[in-house]
Parts: sequence; C-alpha cells; structure tokens
Amino acid sequence: MTMRVAVTVNGTEYARDVEPRLLLIHFLRDELGLTGSHWGCDTSNCGACVVWLDARPVKSCTVLAAMADGRSVRTVEGLEQDGRLDPVQEGFIECHGLQCGFCTPGMMMTARWLLDHSPDPDEAEIREVISGQICRCTGYENIVRSVRWAAKHSRREGAEEAG
Amino acid sequence: MHYMQVPSQVEYERATSVQHALSLLSRPDTRVVAGGHSLIPMMKLRLAQPEMLVDINGLAELAYIRLAGDQLCIGALARHADLLDSALAGELFPIFHDAERVVADPIVRLWGTVGGSLCQADPSEDLSAVFAAARATAVIRGQNGDRVVPVREFHRGPYETVIGPGELLAEVRVPVQPGTGSAYEKVARRTGDWSVAAAGAVLRLSGGLDGPKKPAIASAGLGLTAVGAAHFVAAEAEEFLTGRAADEDSFAAAGAIAAEHCHPVADQRGPQDYKRHLVAELTTRALRRAATRASRARAGRQSRPGRPS
Repeated sequence: MTMRVAVTVNGTEYARDVEPRLLLIHFLRDELGLTGSHWGCDTSNCGACVVWLDARPVKSCTVLAAMADGRSVRTVEGLEQDGRLDPVQEGFIECHGLQCGFCTPGMMMTARWLLDHSPDPDEAEIREVISGQICRCTGYENIVRSVRWAAKHSRREGAEEAG
Repeated sequence: MHYMQVPSQVEYERATSVQHALSLLSRPDTRVVAGGHSLIPMMKLRLAQPEMLVDINGLAELAYIRLAGDQLCIGALARHADLLDSALAGELFPIFHDAERVVADPIVRLWGTVGGSLCQADPSEDLSAVFAAARATAVIRGQNGDRVVPVREFHRGPYETVIGPGELLAEVRVPVQPGTGSAYEKVARRTGDWSVAAAGAVLRLSGGLDGPKKPAIASAGLGLTAVGAAHFVAAEAEEFLTGRAADEDSFAAAGAIAAEHCHPVADQRGPQDYKRHLVAELTTRALRRAATRASRARAGRQSRPGRPS
C-alpha cells in the first residue's frame, strides 16, 4: 500500500510512492538521499532531525512524509545560498559550535529560524529555543556563541548592504 | 543496517473540511492526527495501531483563540505556541502562559495542539489540569451538531475520552469572570520533561478591596497533573477553600488536603511520598500566585471605573 507524496525540498519538488507510515526523516534520507538531517532518538527528544516544514522547525522523526505532501521542507542542505554559507554555518565554524556534528544540522535549522524571527537574541533566548535539542559534546556553550556570532555577522552584512 | 522504529501499516487521509473529517472519523479504528507528537511515538511503540489517520492540519477554521461574550474560545487546532503567544489568553488566564512555557520544548510547541493535548488524555499532560482548574468546557462536533461537555467529565481515564466515533473536539471554552487570578506550578526532572507533579489554581476573590478585611475566596479551581487525581481535580481542596480568607493558612491547608486526596504512583520520576510533598507545596504556591494576580487584576479594574465589573 503506497501513496504518492510530492514535497518541495530546498526549492526542488520531489515525488515518490511511499507507504503512509514512512516518517519524514526517512523520506529525506533514504528516498531523496538528503542525509544532512540526522536520525537520532526516534522519540522527538533529541532534535537531531529538525528540519523546516512550511517555514517552521519540526522534529522530522515525528512527522509522516504523507503529512508533508504538497508542502515545502527546508533542510540543512538548503542553508547555503548561491555557494555562500549561511551566517549560522559560518558561526558554527568560527566558534567551534560542533565536535562530533551529530546534533549540528538540527541546531542550525532551529538557529536560522530563531534569527529570522529574533535577529539579536540574547543567551537566554538561544538556550530556550534549543532546549528540546541535545548536544553531548559542547555543553551548549559554543553553540550559543555560534548563534550569537551569526546574529552579529548578519547585522554587519545587512549594514554593508544598506550602505 | 536499520533498527528504526516505524508505525504499523496505516491509511492516511487529509481532511479538507470539518464535515469531511467527521465522515472519515466515523470509520472504525480511526485517529485524528494534528501535531502528532504523542500519537506517532505511540504508534512506533505499537501502543496505538489505528487503521487510518485523519490529518486535520489543513482545517484552519479550527485554529483560533478569541473572546466570545464571557468565554475565551480556543480552537482545537490552536498550537501550544499560539496559546503561549496569545496576549489575550495571557491577560485573562496567566495560567495558560505558565503552563505553556513548560509544555515539552519550543519546537514541539510549534506543532502540538491544544485539542491534541486534551484528546491524548495522558495523565501527565499539563493542559488537562489547567482546563479542569478553569472549569472549561469542551465542544465536541459530530454529524448531528455540537455537544458541550465539561472538561471535568471529558476524560474517562488514562488515554480515554468521551469522544465517540464520528466526533471531533472542535473547541475549548473557558468562562471569564472578573476578579480572577490563576497560576500553574510544575516540577519536572529536566527542561521539557513531563511533570513529576504539577498544580494549577484559578481563584476568584471577593471583598477586601477597601478596609482591613482580607479578600475571601468566592470560588477555587484546582487542577493536578500526573498524580492520579480523579479528572485532574483536587475537589476536596476546592471545597475547603470556598468562602475562606485568601491567605497563607488557607493555601497551606488546601495544599495538604490536595496531597492527601490524590493518588500518585511510584515510578522513575519519584516515590509516592515525594510526589505528595510536591502536590502540597505546588498547590500552595499556585494558590499564592493566583491570589496575587487576582488582587492585581481587581485593583486594576477598580482604578478603571468606566469598565463594567
């Protein structure tokens, strides 16, 4: 028993015949080969699988691919624009925001969403928004720094463009 | 090599209208999916094995928070984040903001719905106690129209509600009364976790605005989470409080009564005596904060004489 699921991922439409029970994370990784999103705890606790569904982050191990039919998804592969890394990605490089990298795609997707809604978040705001995502390497310190770096960098870039 | 958790085979339908949803839901073994953050994990564990899922995420007509007359009306598809962001809900019932700040985590709150929380009927779920404390009613839509059930009669037991085949929770209505204050107090093992125990209080005060007499408790609603309180309510403590002075002695005594009459079970979140201790303390704290807020609301109302009371 399969159904046709068509999802626009990072601007490209993909259609596949899948079982209705297929989870979005496996649709992305196994059907589309987009392995940037990580499959972690499978219980919506760890947040490694966070992607955007219609412009809002979601834990994609807890969404059926069928529920994304006709909608748009943005994954970590879609952060880079025209060959330029997103400031969030640069921030993670600059501030050593990752060690093993497992939580990183989910952290970056949530960070991008936060910065789109709150361009200059303080530490408490950053810690709150990633509170449903687990990192076992950094103690979160460098993730917070990375997001702060991205916030500062984006502002500077915006100022340059305005000037 | 994959050891992934996958749900059983299931059919999937997307509801295009409430009527469409109702007709789909009249089929046996059908479940509504909205946020899916409780149901899908349960399906992975085979704790739920519906034949068909009816996706109601497209039913925008069920996603609202608005005041209608003297009732705050919350559509079943309102997300936790919507309730947390609603200035209207926060002003009338700060208890909603207290609770929503500690429901799961910000990403889950973007998807999880108010209606889904109530219908999941998890004994540890926060909003059931909140709505019970506020003496809210649930509007259940069926093929033949709506029926309105008090939230205190909505849950049949763990994971069971009064919603029948072909029915859908459409709205939750919370009666708005002047002179009311509310609060929710929760202890969890870590951020985003289920409650070890939690208590919600909705207090309506009367008298005591002028002169030395303390305000009295005109009515009290007390909800308890995760501690085996029947219908999530601390009924004996509510009865005790009615008509008493809104003071520390009353609040502490009510906390003790609530702790005595609930039925927590020992589990990985703690032994029974610890949970009873939490119930006493959290009930007292919630009452204290609700009373402070009620006093503030009444003072504000008094200083605005043009406003109807």
